[in-house]
Amino acid sequence: MKITREQVEHVARLARLELSEAELDTFTGQMDSILSYVEKLNALDTEGIVPTSHAVPMENAFRADEPTGSIGVEAALANAPLRAQSFFRVPKVIE
Amino acid sequence: MEIFDLTIHELHEKLKAKEVSSVEATRAMLDRIEAVDSQVNAYITVTPEQALVEAEEADRRIAAGDIASLTGIPVGLKDIFVTKGIRTTCGSRILENFVPPYDGTAVAKLKEQGAVIVGKLNQDEFAMGSSNESSYFGPCRNPWDLSCTPGGSSGGSAAAIAARTATATLGTDTGGSIRQPASHCGCVGLKPTYGRVSRYGVIAYASSLDQVGPLTRDVTDSALLLGAVAGYDPMDSTSVNTPVPDYVAGLGSGVKGMKIGLPKQYFIEGLDPDVKRAMDEAIALYKSLGAEIREVSLPNTEYAVATYYIIATAEASANLARYDGVRFGHRAENARGLAQMYAKSRAEGFGSEVKRRIMLGTYALSSGYYDAYYVKAQKVRTLIQQDFLNAFKEVDVLLTPIAPTPAFKIAEKLEDPLQMYLSDIFTIPVNLAGTCGISVPAGFSAAGLPIGLQLVGKPFGEQDILTAAYSFEKETQWHLKKAPL
Repeated sequence: MKITREQVEHVARLARLELSEAELDTFTGQMDSILSYVEKLNALDTEGIVPTSHAVPMENAFRADEPTGSIGVEAALANAPLRAQSFFRVPKVIE
Repeated sequence: MEIFDLTIHELHEKLKAKEVSSVEATRAMLDRIEAVDSQVNAYITVTPEQALVEAEEADRRIAAGDIASLTGIPVGLKDIFVTKGIRTTCGSRILENFVPPYDGTAVAKLKEQGAVIVGKLNQDEFAMGSSNESSYFGPCRNPWDLSCTPGGSSGGSAAAIAARTATATLGTDTGGSIRQPASHCGCVGLKPTYGRVSRYGVIAYASSLDQVGPLTRDVTDSALLLGAVAGYDPMDSTSVNTPVPDYVAGLGSGVKGMKIGLPKQYFIEGLDPDVKRAMDEAIALYKSLGAEIREVSLPNTEYAVATYYIIATAEASANLARYDGVRFGHRAENARGLAQMYAKSRAEGFGSEVKRRIMLGTYALSSGYYDAYYVKAQKVRTLIQQDFLNAFKEVDVLLTPIAPTPAFKIAEKLEDPLQMYLSDIFTIPVNLAGTCGISVPAGFSAAGLPIGLQLVGKPFGEQDILTAAYSFEKETQWHLKKAPL
């Protein structure tokens, strides 16, 4: 067993996902099976190999430090589930 | 032949000669969608009013002598491309009512050329899947056999081509999501080299792997559409600044003297006999056309799926953190406090495949596992990329199957995600290496399902694979077959 139900619960908290009891059971089994499959990577010796984070060599992409237009308050708020004046409205953060 | 059967280049000639107007072509396409899409479910959103306005504008341009290769052509877009004023769902409940305030670069380029957008196409939720079954808007069906999946995640884009409900479409390919559905639906699907097409305005799944590409009826259209959307974009920091060739002009160069490599790890036992036969026939055809066939080795192929499912899910878990119900998207009601609102909104908004991948990615990136999983996978990615670079020292292109089997039945692999993941074994390595690949129709199974052939090119070697694919297409008739709808 690579992963336990408790670990899945912990990961769900980290991922901000509320999972049902049934989902916790299902994901425990499925993640265990997938992570066991992934263990095959350990058969490869990667000592000294440089990790690849992007297939194409990347350099920083700079642009001139000049102000440009933005989409504006109304467009930015157009998809808000709940707004108050020019703000996104959310439930109370501090209990 | 009906207007909706025409390719981009055929319809372009008719528009130029004023034999047909863009409004007529667009109406024909909208009527076709109305007639058959209830069976296929390729579209999430159809935009008839807007499409007809764009078609009228295209007709005005054509009348003024201002016609580009895409002017007046009805196209569909995977619902992963943000489109100003058109609902963009990414196949998810969490974005069910999201209307973007801007167009992505690929969409803007199509509009500049005068293409007519007829709607947004079905896909696996957040492009996660190989069967288009994880869409919140229901599974898309394969026009060749409605009991089968069209493949995924650009299943709607491929099915719309096969069902003749769009002249051409754009999809995205993270682990094979253009090439595999193109193969299963009998159309041409091209994944360009990473960085060739801007990802600005494409909803991110796995940022170091995602790439935009065309799904079309033939290779000429693929070259046309790629040329239309490729190129440097300052809005995408991973966009590469190299010139875009005239891909169509280079199609007729032929394959005489071209070195075609057969990676031995791709011709394994367990390959479906119909797929094997199609590959053998294709190899024989290339030999007869003067290509030089060589066996090559990509020794780390068997590690690609495991590598992909660590890297892709890790990147997905980061990219999907933005869906929290605050600024856009679904928000759960009756949550107590902000933290519960996040967790409930995400629980209600995401489907099970997306949740599973977020969980895997979060696990792989979490303290204590980061080196064992994520860094390890990035190192294996280096080895896989080196395999391709070594192979391309010996050959110009690689020839492989796209998928181990033709399209599978709806629900056949839903209960076993690992089996579903393994169906992408021949496409995933190309994304990890960041290079380009194309799927071309190469035959049919005994059950009448399309089979695709993959040609893989060097980084920025799109012209090589298009030329090789065009040579094949000229000698075969597979791309002309029509789905029985």
